Amino acid sequence: MSSLPATGAGPAAVPAVDRRRARRRAGWRRRLTVLAFLSPWLAGFAIFFGYPLVMTTYLSFFHYDLLNPPRWVGLANYRYLFGQDAQIWPAVENTLVFIAMSVPLQVLFAFGIAVLITRAKAGVGVFRTVFYLPALVPPVAATLGFVYLLNPATGPVNTILGWLGIEGPLWFNDPSWSKPSLVMLGLWGIGNTMIIFLAAVLDVPRHLYESAELDGAGGWRRLRYVTLPTISPVLLFAVVLGVIQGLQYFTQAFVAANVAAGQASQGGAVSTLELGYPEGSTLFYPVLLYYHGFRFFNMGYASAMAVLLLVVAFAATSLIIRGSRRRVHYGTTR
Amino acid sequence: MKRLTTMVVLVAALTLLAAAGGSARSTAPAKTSAARATSLTVWVGWSARELSEFKKVVAEYDAKNADVTVKVVGGINDDKITAALRSGNGPDVVSSFTSSNVGLYCSSGGWIDLAPYISKSKIDMNQFPESTRYYTQYDGKRCALPLLADVYGFYYNKALFKKAGLTAPPKTFAELTAYAKKLTIRKGDGSLDVVGFDPVFGFYQNGIGGYQPLVGAKYFDPSGKSAISRDPGWKTLLNWQRGLIDYYGYDKLVKWQTGAGDEFSASHAFERGKLAMMMDGEWRVAFLAAEHPELKYGTAPMPVGLRSQYGSGYINGTIIGIPKAGENRDEAWKLVKYLTTSNHALASFSNGIRNVPSTVSSTKSKELKPDANFATFGKLFVNPKSSTIPITAIGADHLQTFQDFIAKWQAGKVKDLQGGLVEVDKQIDAKLKQAGGGGNSVP
Repeated sequence: MSSLPATGAGPAAVPAVDRRRARRRAGWRRRLTVLAFLSPWLAGFAIFFGYPLVMTTYLSFFHYDLLNPPRWVGLANYRYLFGQDAQIWPAVENTLVFIAMSVPLQVLFAFGIAVLITRAKAGVGVFRTVFYLPALVPPVAATLGFVYLLNPATGPVNTILGWLGIEGPLWFNDPSWSKPSLVMLGLWGIGNTMIIFLAAVLDVPRHLYESAELDGAGGWRRLRYVTLPTISPVLLFAVVLGVIQGLQYFTQAFVAANVAAGQASQGGAVSTLELGYPEGSTLFYPVLLYYHGFRFFNMGYASAMAVLLLVVAFAATSLIIRGSRRRVHYGTTR
Repeated sequence: MKRLTTMVVLVAALTLLAAAGGSARSTAPAKTSAARATSLTVWVGWSARELSEFKKVVAEYDAKNADVTVKVVGGINDDKITAALRSGNGPDVVSSFTSSNVGLYCSSGGWIDLAPYISKSKIDMNQFPESTRYYTQYDGKRCALPLLADVYGFYYNKALFKKAGLTAPPKTFAELTAYAKKLTIRKGDGSLDVVGFDPVFGFYQNGIGGYQPLVGAKYFDPSGKSAISRDPGWKTLLNWQRGLIDYYGYDKLVKWQTGAGDEFSASHAFERGKLAMMMDGEWRVAFLAAEHPELKYGTAPMPVGLRSQYGSGYINGTIIGIPKAGENRDEAWKLVKYLTTSNHALASFSNGIRNVPSTVSSTKSKELKPDANFATFGKLFVNPKSSTIPITAIGADHLQTFQDFIAKWQAGKVKDLQGGLVEVDKQIDAKLKQAGGGGNSVP
């Protein structure tokens, strides 16, 4: 009470100022509390995303071989990237073709499996487990398994095809078949997306199906006008995720190329393996980026490639989200 | 308040104790270092059987030098070496199979300049053949020495030769093609069972480096520009290669390769008699002795596209040096010197892993186990026309660019060979320019 001012400012005005101050202090305390709770994530974000992002952008203006100090080259890396690097466009083309093949197939396949599982009368748990299990296999192990299964000379797939009088393709050893083989590998490991679709399909309110049935809608119409609109945010999520993963596709392509070429155990001064075996067909953008950064010690250029990849991923995601605004329904139906 | 004071005093006391303990730990080695042997750590790429052979050689050095204890770490690749150099936590001695990275190691100072040590120890550098001297320096800065060498030659299956009525190994590409056709066996469905000679680049050890000396072709002109399209040797090589591939059928050959067996295992196609002739390094002698001692085979120089080049071969090998972060440079140098110049060490190690000893005198050492098949590689090693790959500002990317083109050429996807080679030159020159360097002629 002793702090009350003795001026004639009015008894009501003084507490109002105090209240505002107290509110401001409380607001700051709240913000600080929020920040304190967020700090583990903020620290992780700054260290593992912010710093690498800033450094990558910084290094993209330098020639940097990992050991010598970076040497300023201005926009030279970008000029080389857009104008002179003959490997970039084949790598971009491979990546885009792969995305165009794999994303629609993965979404359709995962959605189809999810719908079939919801309709199974018995053994739902078994089917769910069987289709999900491959997602738990590490990518390198799964790729090794596929290269073995699809070995043109000794693999069981071509052996069985041979019994049926069919000469199997060269799979990972044929530039026309290498990408489809990788797509098959991706479809096999679709479990994560399938589980998300399964949850979404099961979450579609029953009363919508019942109303549609009363209106005389058959199976296709129920799927077209009830299921798909209701799960459209999940479909959008799967497409965006598939495109981003496609832009970052590396491990399976790298391992498959090395193993199929018989060079997994190669040592020596220079590998005799071509980039993107066979015939450059598996040279995806991230694979080329890896070679520049860690095989040819051209980290400055690899950084410029990484910056472009980030911009493209951001642009692609924005375009997909903008383009889907009229088709995706976020409104609740309950 | 009293309690607080007591707490502060306790914390201060504990902190002092911890600091004292810490400093005692940190100074302990210094106090006893005079009494204890210097500990050296050596990183090498070898593993399994080859690593144990290297350890035997080092153990002998260890036993003779009471002032050092050497710890060998195997299975090291260049990714680990680079990471260690960047972090400043490297070993005392480091070696690499990838001699094409010497440019990076020397120019960065990651591996220290050995010139002062070489000069102080009065090492005669001429004891190392020219090719090995070349791939252990960059731009005049010598940061490495050769530790055994790999030399590529010709292997042939004597039993299959006898069956086909062949007596001596071929000496030219034309003869090699004729022999390959005679030795090839097809199954009833037309697929390949036994292949005479597989010239597909990327198969086992088939790479540009291995074939370059056989046609005497140049990679770069004296100004440092890529000269692949201007050297007729490359076209000789590629036309011969396509001719033989067309005989088999590219797809048939690729399918056969996928069942040819792992290169570094007992299922290797040559070791099983499914491949009659091949180009390979001298190390195969040891693999054959260990995995298929019953196989009757012979070795010779690779057949050539240019007669004057017969007797030459591709040379490469392990390089060894001292990383900047190493703390015991003098002791490290003594070990490097021993491993790379002692006839006894080189001969012992060569006997163990059957790589070629890397000094001229050690190739004639009486300690070397006599073996006619292995002796071929010793002769190839000292042949003045034997060669290695050029080291450039872009490491081995220039070879990779050429190899990527050859992958399309051998598959029959390139119609205009000269036009394609001109494009390869352009790409290599652009890469060199981007890296701020030029090509580098191999002596």
